[in-house]
Amino acid sequence: MRLVLHVWRQKSPEEAGAMVSYRLKEISPDMSFLEMLDILNEQLLAEEKDPVAFDHDCREGICGMCSLVINGQAHGPQSGTTTCQLHMRSFKDGDEIYIEPFRAKAFPVIRDLVTNRSSFDRIIQAGGFVSVRTGGVPDGNALPIPKTAADLAMDFAACIGCGACVAACKNASAMLFVSAKVSQLALLPQGKVERERRVLAMVGQMDQEGFGHCSNTFECEAVCPKEISVSSIARLNREYTRAALLERPSSSPTSSE
Amino acid sequence: MSFLSRTVNSSVGCKTLMAVSGLALVGFIVAHLAGNLLVFAGPTALNAYAKGLRSYLPLLWALRIGLITAFILHIYAGIRLSRRAQQARPQAYVKRKTQVTTGAAQTMILSGLLLLFFALYHLAHLTFRLTHPQFAALGEFDVYAMLIASFQSPWTSGFYILSIATLMLHLNHGMASFFQTLGLDSRRHASLLFMAGPVFSTLLAAGFIAIPLSIFLGLIA
Repeated sequence: MRLVLHVWRQKSPEEAGAMVSYRLKEISPDMSFLEMLDILNEQLLAEEKDPVAFDHDCREGICGMCSLVINGQAHGPQSGTTTCQLHMRSFKDGDEIYIEPFRAKAFPVIRDLVTNRSSFDRIIQAGGFVSVRTGGVPDGNALPIPKTAADLAMDFAACIGCGACVAACKNASAMLFVSAKVSQLALLPQGKVERERRVLAMVGQMDQEGFGHCSNTFECEAVCPKEISVSSIARLNREYTRAALLERPSSSPTSSE
Repeated sequence: MSFLSRTVNSSVGCKTLMAVSGLALVGFIVAHLAGNLLVFAGPTALNAYAKGLRSYLPLLWALRIGLITAFILHIYAGIRLSRRAQQARPQAYVKRKTQVTTGAAQTMILSGLLLLFFALYHLAHLTFRLTHPQFAALGEFDVYAMLIASFQSPWTSGFYILSIATLMLHLNHGMASFFQTLGLDSRRHASLLFMAGPVFSTLLAAGFIAIPLSIFLGLIA
């Protein structure tokens, strides 16, 4: 396959970036998208140019490290998968491919296609701890959890925190990510003690990081590699309103900040 | 007070404000349409309704203040949220492809601004009677004659119908969005609630548009 790539190149967070075009020859349709970028980098190194920096780790769709907006879609044209699971057979010979980083104020570009997504970590930190009984291993079924609740919580727990939801949202909103985390814990008895505090703190941190709001367009659900449902966002809204009405100021950790 | 300030300052709280004030406005629109449809019952019924509306001033002003408050809150939440959203992505994509976003969802700010402009014109037209000098000859509560005189003009009818189409577009996304924002969504009835937007907005628009269309085509005179 012959390809023309338009890749976002940016030397540092401070410098302005721009799209740079590259031509590639002899790309196999069996290559993964990231292997194709590896080939590009080999070619650039042979020409004594800077290779393109991009994030990746497990290359099997579970770590949430790879990113990229490919031809305007987060994680590329294939639904329900990450960039590393995308193969060149999804493209045609002679295609032009636009490759950009996940763009959001809360995801500043470090270099080229690599963004700093630690704002997600800070949202998780803001969620705080979950009270559990420590000590020996608890007896199985000592804590009754309905099968349906466990299954639904597992669906939300499937979020790998890649940030594609933010990349796809017209408002760069992190609502799908935050709602998946909030919903997962709100469904289980272990997280109930901190239920109100957690949702208020996580939404507070989300706003503080500079993410936008949810416009209910549901682009996030369409690009999510783990196909997290937007019903989690409805659940977050419900949890938030409930907590805002129930919470007493004295028990609020955010009020002192 | 901390509850109020936190609600307004948080994106989720601001969206809730948007949804609740939007519902109040939809409630007004439904009541407004019900009144308007009296035009089909003839001049006596419509004019009596207009007179009845203004007969008990405390109630009228309570409703007006509620309506204006809902308008202000809705616009305030809209400005606040869209400004934050603009700041949330300082560098735009060179290429962006949406998959499921509807045109209605994409143009909420634009359709909202057009509706604001229409609402102001509508007030000047029928409440303050500034746009049509010939209204001065009519009685205070002769709404029927005002409507007939106005909608015989293709310009007034056309503008009115276009504005209602804009309202339909705005509610198409807004009504469905209302349920999601208040968290009234779940896997069980998600599709049902999301039909509310298109179905409800189409019915409303059909009711409003029937009036200028009937007058323009000479079905009522």
